[in-house]
Amino acid sequence: MSSEVRFTDFKSDKQPTWCPGCGDFGTMNGMMKALAETGNDPDNTFVVAGIGCSGKIGTYMHSYAIHGVHGRALPVGAGVKMANPDLEVMVAGGDGDGYSIGAGHFVHAVRRNVDMSYIVMDNRIYGLTKGQASPTSREDFETSTTPEGPQQPPVNPLALALASGATFIAQSFSSDALRHQEIVRKAIEHDGFGFVNVFSPCVTFNDVDTYDYFRDSLVDLQETDYDPHDREAAKEKVLDADKEYMGVLYQDENSVPYEETHGLDSSMADIDHEGAPEGATDLVREFY
Amino acid sequence: MPADFNWAIGGEAGDGIDSTGKVFAQALSRAGRHVFTSKDFASRIRGGYTAYKVRTSTEKVRSVVDRLDVLVALTPRTIEENLDELHEGSVIIYDGERTTMADVEIPEGMIGLDVPLKRLAEDAGGAVMRNVVALGAACEATSFDIEHLDSSLKKHFGGKGQAIVDNNKQAARLGQEYVRDNYPDADLEYALETTDNDYVLLNGDEAIGMGAIAAGCKYYAGYPITPATDVMTYLKGRIEQFGGHVVQAEDELAAINLALGAARAGARSMTATSGPGIDLMAETFGLVATSETPLVVVDVMRSGPSTGMPTKQEQGDLNMMLYGGHGEIPRFVLAPTTVEECFWKTVEAFNLAEKYQTPVYLAADLAMAVTEQTFEPEAFDMDAVEIDRGKVVDEESIADHQTESGGFKPHEITEDGVSPRAIPGTEGGAHMSTGLEHDEQGRRTEDTEMRVEQVDKRNRKVETAREREDLSPREFGDADSDNLVLTWGSNEGTLVEALEFLEEDGIDVRILSVPYLFPRPDLTAEVEAADEVVVVECNATGQFADVVEHDTLQRVKRVNKYNGVQFKADELADDIKQTLAAGQEVEA
Repeated sequence: MSSEVRFTDFKSDKQPTWCPGCGDFGTMNGMMKALAETGNDPDNTFVVAGIGCSGKIGTYMHSYAIHGVHGRALPVGAGVKMANPDLEVMVAGGDGDGYSIGAGHFVHAVRRNVDMSYIVMDNRIYGLTKGQASPTSREDFETSTTPEGPQQPPVNPLALALASGATFIAQSFSSDALRHQEIVRKAIEHDGFGFVNVFSPCVTFNDVDTYDYFRDSLVDLQETDYDPHDREAAKEKVLDADKEYMGVLYQDENSVPYEETHGLDSSMADIDHEGAPEGATDLVREFY
Repeated sequence: MPADFNWAIGGEAGDGIDSTGKVFAQALSRAGRHVFTSKDFASRIRGGYTAYKVRTSTEKVRSVVDRLDVLVALTPRTIEENLDELHEGSVIIYDGERTTMADVEIPEGMIGLDVPLKRLAEDAGGAVMRNVVALGAACEATSFDIEHLDSSLKKHFGGKGQAIVDNNKQAARLGQEYVRDNYPDADLEYALETTDNDYVLLNGDEAIGMGAIAAGCKYYAGYPITPATDVMTYLKGRIEQFGGHVVQAEDELAAINLALGAARAGARSMTATSGPGIDLMAETFGLVATSETPLVVVDVMRSGPSTGMPTKQEQGDLNMMLYGGHGEIPRFVLAPTTVEECFWKTVEAFNLAEKYQTPVYLAADLAMAVTEQTFEPEAFDMDAVEIDRGKVVDEESIADHQTESGGFKPHEITEDGVSPRAIPGTEGGAHMSTGLEHDEQGRRTEDTEMRVEQVDKRNRKVETAREREDLSPREFGDADSDNLVLTWGSNEGTLVEALEFLEEDGIDVRILSVPYLFPRPDLTAEVEAADEVVVVECNATGQFADVVEHDTLQRVKRVNKYNGVQFKADELADDIKQTLAAGQEVEA
């Protein structure tokens, strides 16, 4: 089936209710294209969605999927992949889901290095609840709940990932369709946790981090002589206070995914016995 | 009462009390004696009083009693803590060369055996074996064949090499000989008989872990918490041999979500925690139910609320398990009543979870979870384990559950409420599932009719289970008695032993021990047939008593204990007697 898969096979029959112009359209298109391009089909793909505008993505895509509770998408994705390494697992969420309520899981998902991709639609705002500060909002970004701005520095997800031992860190922009698709593809192909922070502008509630802002300011690492395998260089880039980058910021070529480290190589879904598994009686004997 | 014998070792947490106690319990088990253990410990790595108590008999023992015959006291506090249980003729083994024990006074009428535990252990190869020297001394004090202890030492230290095993055996012998040589005239009246019976010795957490493997569980995610950690410890290193995996999560939120992910992928999946973890898992528990995911969540209850008394017994989480979570959540709540039942109810929990695609709470409690007890190995007959995976569809049958355009219906409206389940990877089964209200295909909906249909469908699964499953309580005592005693969880064994005390006072009772708390049996007829109804449980407010009153529209009497210690048989018999008497007075 996979050879005939088109990216539209990953589209559900539900029409997105995102605002016209929302960055999430482009983000999702790139994800679907990258999934098709890497030879996946909806029946072997599992998408885990968080809560927020971004979390709706599971409804608009067609695959095995679950839309979970706020902030917990990463452990769900890891559980799916561990239980069946044959599935292509993609976790998608927003900056609130991933870096605020789910920040704890982000650190540990990075450390665990399960072979899945994590696509964060970062719009630097809470859109679904109509415009409050997010963990990536700028320090002086005025919102209804932060009229003087959050007055605390935004979370730096790339640096957080690097500090947590990430094996793949990338950043893309939803409006640069080809580059976005290519970067997501690399995250899927990476042997381990493929993390992509996607600038996915909110046209309704964020008038600072706009399409124009990202178009004008983002530096595409592909157009420089940057070596993404150099962790020291990556440190400099992720901590750069003056510039924001697009592309793969870091990739550990020697990454060994969790499943390999732990010998997980087949689906746990099948139970080939109608009673206790063979050898179970030995467990009782142990207690003599 | 069987002629039983009670032994304990006590000292400071960190003194190796637990493992020493278990070695002795195992030796008794290997000698064909029944064992019931209890632990008394403080929630500190080091510094608090802790004791491991062993009640043993050639007959089945089901509870703890207020008596100590032989006590190994590593600290003066150990003796103070147990003064009420020690009696004339009790033997106290201690090391008078230990600075803190030098001035210890053996109470009048008791026999003190001053054994240089540390010095003899050093002679055998290392001070670390001083507790084993004490076990050797205990063997001499009880005329217990030391070869049973050898066998237990080999089991516990075999992994560390033969030299370690030999040193430990030698340490035990030095303790035995020291008592023999130095106390030839002591009046040591105990003589522990042995039998040829084979027993296994395990605790409730281990039984839950073993039950999970037997049921085909392949995935466990958990976060360490007393008293549930032993479930994870048991599974780690064992479940892998059956193709499974254990993950130590970063917190309980992750634990249940990892387990949910594995369950969505089709694995039989479980997490175990205690009250504080259950609180954290509550939101996801609702998602598990709404997305109709089969999942087993074990709550090994301890004293709450908040951090409470982490190492103490309580059955205070019943309301949380029955009602916890926002919205209305169909669920199962099973409460094993013995260590043996911890195994069987775990197996059943997996079947119920998959047959009804519903989360199942397994409500164990500390008193059964962390105490070792003996059973005949046949109690865990693996040939009697059955696996029922429910309505899983394959690539052929999937067509019967698709829309005209080929969309799979994971939440299909059915008569029994149970929908078809497509495991990811099944061709044609791709579907969304969500905590949002959804239509038959799992797509978000706010359609008023579909909302009602889905709620009804999910709740119908509980009604179906009421019809199809045997939810009978376990019955003990006099079936014709006018006195009905209801209980749940680990109180069952104590109640059964309390029967004998009640009989001595001429009181007969009918005991119903209820393992199915939701859905649960209708006890209206039993309650109406009785003159007096007493509900026994380890909590302050009577959570199960409330449930019984709600179901039967009858007032019941309550016996509650919530000081952190499980019931003892004689004490419970007394409580029941007084409660029944109080009822009669009111009527008179």
